[in-house]
Amino acid sequence: MNQAAPAPRENQGDPVVRIDARLKVTGQAGYPADIVTANVAYGALATSSIARGKVSGLHTKDARAVPGVLDIVTYDDMDKTDTPKFGNTGASSIGPLHDKTVFHDGQIIALVVAETFEAAEEAAMLIRADYEDERPAASFDSKGVKMEPAAGKNPMFKEDAKAGDFDAAWADATVKIDEKYSTPTQHHNPIELFSTTAIWQGDQLTIHEPSQNVTGWKVELARQLKLDPANVRIVSPYIGGAFGSKGPMTARTAIVAVAARRIGRPVRCVVNRMQAFGTQTYRAETRHRIRMGAGKDGRITAFGHEAWEVTSRPDPYVVGGTSATARMYNYGAVLTHVSLVHADRNTPGYMRSPPETPYVYALENAMDEMAVALGMDPVEFRRINEPEKEPIGGKPFSSRSLIKCYDQASEAFGWSKRDPKVGSMRDGDWLVGMGCATAIYPTAAAPCAARVRLTADGEVRVQCGSHEIGTGVRTIAGQMAAERLGIGMDKISVEMGDSALPPAPVSGGSISTASVCSAVMKACDAIRGKLFAAAAGRGAPLAGSGNAKLDLKDEEVVTETGKSAKLADVFKAMQVGAIEEYAEFAPKGSSPEALSKLYAGQSEFHGGENDEDSVKYAFGAEFVEVRINSYTREIRVPRIVGAFAAGRIMNTRTARSQLMGGMIWGIGQALHEATEIDQRHARYVNRDLQDYLVPVNADIKQVDVILVPEIDHQVNPAGVKGLGELGNVGTAAAVASAVYHATGKRIRDLPIRIDDLIG
Amino acid sequence: MRPFVYERPTSVSAAIAMASRVDAVRVPPTGADTQFIAGGTNLADYMKLGVAQPDRLLDLNTLAEPALRQIRINDDTIRFGALVRMGEAADNVDVRRRCPALADSLKFAASGQLRNMASLGGNVLQRTRCEYFREISWPCNKREPGSGCAAMEGSNRQHAVLGTSDACIATYHGDFAQALVALDATVEIEGPRGRRTLAFAKLHKRPGDTPDIETDLAADELITAIEVRLERWSSRSRYLKIRDRESYAFALASAAVALDMDGETVRSARIALGGVATVPWRAREAEDALQGKVLDEAAAQEAAEAAFADARPREHNAFKIPLGKRTLVRALLETRDMKG
Ligand SMILES: Cc1cc2nc3c(=O)[nH]c(=O)nc-3n(C[C@H](O)[C@H](O)[C@H](O)COP(=O)(O)OP(=O)(O)OC[C@H]3O[C@@H](n4cnc5c(N)ncnc54)[C@H](O)[C@@H]3O)c2cc1C
Ligand code: SF4
Repeated sequence: MNQAAPAPRENQGDPVVRIDARLKVTGQAGYPADIVTANVAYGALATSSIARGKVSGLHTKDARAVPGVLDIVTYDDMDKTDTPKFGNTGASSIGPLHDKTVFHDGQIIALVVAETFEAAEEAAMLIRADYEDERPAASFDSKGVKMEPAAGKNPMFKEDAKAGDFDAAWADATVKIDEKYSTPTQHHNPIELFSTTAIWQGDQLTIHEPSQNVTGWKVELARQLKLDPANVRIVSPYIGGAFGSKGPMTARTAIVAVAARRIGRPVRCVVNRMQAFGTQTYRAETRHRIRMGAGKDGRITAFGHEAWEVTSRPDPYVVGGTSATARMYNYGAVLTHVSLVHADRNTPGYMRSPPETPYVYALENAMDEMAVALGMDPVEFRRINEPEKEPIGGKPFSSRSLIKCYDQASEAFGWSKRDPKVGSMRDGDWLVGMGCATAIYPTAAAPCAARVRLTADGEVRVQCGSHEIGTGVRTIAGQMAAERLGIGMDKISVEMGDSALPPAPVSGGSISTASVCSAVMKACDAIRGKLFAAAAGRGAPLAGSGNAKLDLKDEEVVTETGKSAKLADVFKAMQVGAIEEYAEFAPKGSSPEALSKLYAGQSEFHGGENDEDSVKYAFGAEFVEVRINSYTREIRVPRIVGAFAAGRIMNTRTARSQLMGGMIWGIGQALHEATEIDQRHARYVNRDLQDYLVPVNADIKQVDVILVPEIDHQVNPAGVKGLGELGNVGTAAAVASAVYHATGKRIRDLPIRIDDLIG
Repeated sequence: MRPFVYERPTSVSAAIAMASRVDAVRVPPTGADTQFIAGGTNLADYMKLGVAQPDRLLDLNTLAEPALRQIRINDDTIRFGALVRMGEAADNVDVRRRCPALADSLKFAASGQLRNMASLGGNVLQRTRCEYFREISWPCNKREPGSGCAAMEGSNRQHAVLGTSDACIATYHGDFAQALVALDATVEIEGPRGRRTLAFAKLHKRPGDTPDIETDLAADELITAIEVRLERWSSRSRYLKIRDRESYAFALASAAVALDMDGETVRSARIALGGVATVPWRAREAEDALQGKVLDEAAAQEAAEAAFADARPREHNAFKIPLGKRTLVRALLETRDMKG
């Protein structure tokens, strides 16, 4: 055991090494754009340079004259296909080549296909468009935006949470906070660029593209291209960074497929970093107003959370994080309201912990401000407001270990050494600040299928159309099979990322481990059942073991009393070479059609605040130390400690890695990350990794992750809460709290930069 | 990327001859058909973006003259060949010992990979990172004279507050040049019309009405070496760089400082400011303010005020004025506390 492989505590699995670790670090893992494809042609996009208006003319003559150019797909060429749909699997309803209307900056106006990548890029740059341009609205404060209440506009966000009489409680409160917070636009910028490779064999279409939802894409792409879904296959074995950006399918996929059909050759289009800003999804900017009222005793009596989110003109994309903030503490009366602001922008999409990251940032900042207003220790303030039941529906929590997380993290951090007085801690020319915040993420699961095969010589193959987006889910699914079937990890193979495999839900919302493991477990248990029946049957190796409990260990069926039979012998007795089981898992409360919807590419989520019996969340507590130079005000984060409880931890190595990565991203969100928008033109400005800042190694010093033991039988059969998105919730608020402690300046608008602290 | 001819001259004279043309004096190197490429970390980037559009590239890496790749240090000068890599110069122990500001200005620049690739000649000639300059669909007077400046009323947090004009406010982003301009470096230039030595301070031109003309170089002139004289102040020199993250970021503000001290009193100071100006920026007013003074916080503050007296902020970069001042104050005090 070492730091990267923490020793498992109660209800925690071994830090098994990732099954694809060696492939990845030696560069042998084949990402979709790496797949060797014979006779491939290369595609490059041409995109709009205005954000609102119409394309009145397109000049492609120069582009067509570039040697090696094979085809240009543009307006009219997509007419025989259906337009994209916004929703479960589609990023946006904008069909860029179906309609000459420009809805946003960087909208696709053509795809050039050429013999070489270089020729395609050159030709794409030579395409000129004439525009009838109109003055665009960039964001909240722009003229011409359209605002509407979010509730009911999107199936993901049905209503604004409320409880009790907020106005009365607010009027009565003795201590009040009424503040505004904001988070900026952010783009995912995964290191693996976005790409599509389309290959036709007759009427069969194979797409190699990084995807978090191969089954959903198969169905949606078939709809757009008017094909039988059985003729479409999406392949995405490895993904080099997803975080939601590869969840919804964008318009490009169908355009590249059409290009490949037109030229009768495979086409590969790798989107360059700059163009990804306009052609992919992103996290839109949010604004918040929080009103919090409390008594002198520190009990919160009123909580109001109003929020505003930017989306595109046509699509009601909403994150709506008030569902979680309204249930976080024991508030008394609650009033929330989310508004959508339609601007001339591309449709946003999921980015790691979509609702919680911006919304909990606002809430936790307000909690810190309230603790200061009450003259109370911020940890103590949260302890006082720890709820028995969630305040909106009055349901119990399936489990809630928040206070344990605070206790363990604060001890490891040394919170007791913090002098609460603002600006009181110093190290030479550096001001020292310490802060903390809560992390929360809903625990959900969705229907999922899996196939598991065990052979007589103990080889196991697990198949599931889920996605290895870097979380380690292939490893964990393998671990589940290894554990249930008593086979060593070295004899387990796991296939994922292919729509030809048993369908799995979108890899989003931190549901993968719970959903996939529950399905794999079910398939394994069916195999166990068959083996046990055979092993204990008449004339079989363990005949007469009667009702004694059987188990599988080290390639043997074993009894409680110590008897055992070799797997090979049981197979011999059964006269079979392999047992293969196909299992479908549906979470409790699933609709009768939930499983058939899975095959139709739709994921029905259950859990979080939507279940009847209880609300289901994973929690954590994060503590941060910052240092701020007293002259030049640059902010450093020498250490961060997070403690998290998320039910059964399947693998302490991958769990730590997820949480650590989340906290690092949280530091980036606090201090670095923001897409700049030219407000006059509604265009993104800092579209590369030099100017779009994320933390580099030098910015990240000590990061400690504590895995707090927790047992929860209610969440799902595997007892697992998702934790892929938990780590970066709360981090930015903890940093803001530490900055306040160091300087006395409360920065409510992210990111916190020198600009805010100088002067 | 547009197609181009790629050639590999094997000597300085051959390179110059190949670049030579009758109107070379009037065409800025960045607008010429034939351009030199060294590490390519700046030029190739801009070619991919369509900002630079040379028809022919002359690769300097095949030039045979060994001096181009050498750092020569004797008692009173450090001489860098133009093809010395940033990384090599940054890691050179004698450069660091004799003149820390030079070593630090290189060490705190870019990333390890870039420093291994990038040459010192290319480094001092790197073009601005103004986002509107980089993306060809925006109006930009530097890229397309007369088209306007999109940054003036746009996202201009990165932009300069010193040395700006109504035509252009782009920052000169390099770090090394700040140390060079503070230390009175000279550049050696060879061209078809002969060899000349130029004060480094004269190499870069303020934007004025012609932001497309960035340097004093003609299109067929080559930088062969950069020389810095070692003086009493060289070892008491420092480069302080303040940025949004701890590595791999351009300066929001930086200061190169070299001090010649007589006890507590400043005999003379050399100061340059980066991240805040359109060209490598020598802050003579600040130097004058310090001369003969006891260098304490108040004196440093006074010098900083003098340095930014003419600063002109735009909408998003006003913070650079207080930041630039404090960077200079901190750099002055830290340099004072170094051993002479
Ligand atoms: C992501 C990124 C981050 C960076 N961060 C920093 C930073 O923090 N600080 C910093 O200072 N720099 C930074 N840089 C800039 C980097 O230092 C320069 O790109 C590099 O020094 C240029 O050197 P080169 O040899 O690659 O030049 P090239 O790209 O080959 O050439 C640049 C220009 O100089 C001309 N040229 C080159 N050599 C000669 C010569 N001998 N005579 C005449 N003309 C010549 C070329 O024609 C061209 O116009 C960064 C660059 C990148 C890409
Ligand atoms: S600041 Fe200079 S480089 Fe930038 S857009 Fe304006 S003219 Fe162009």
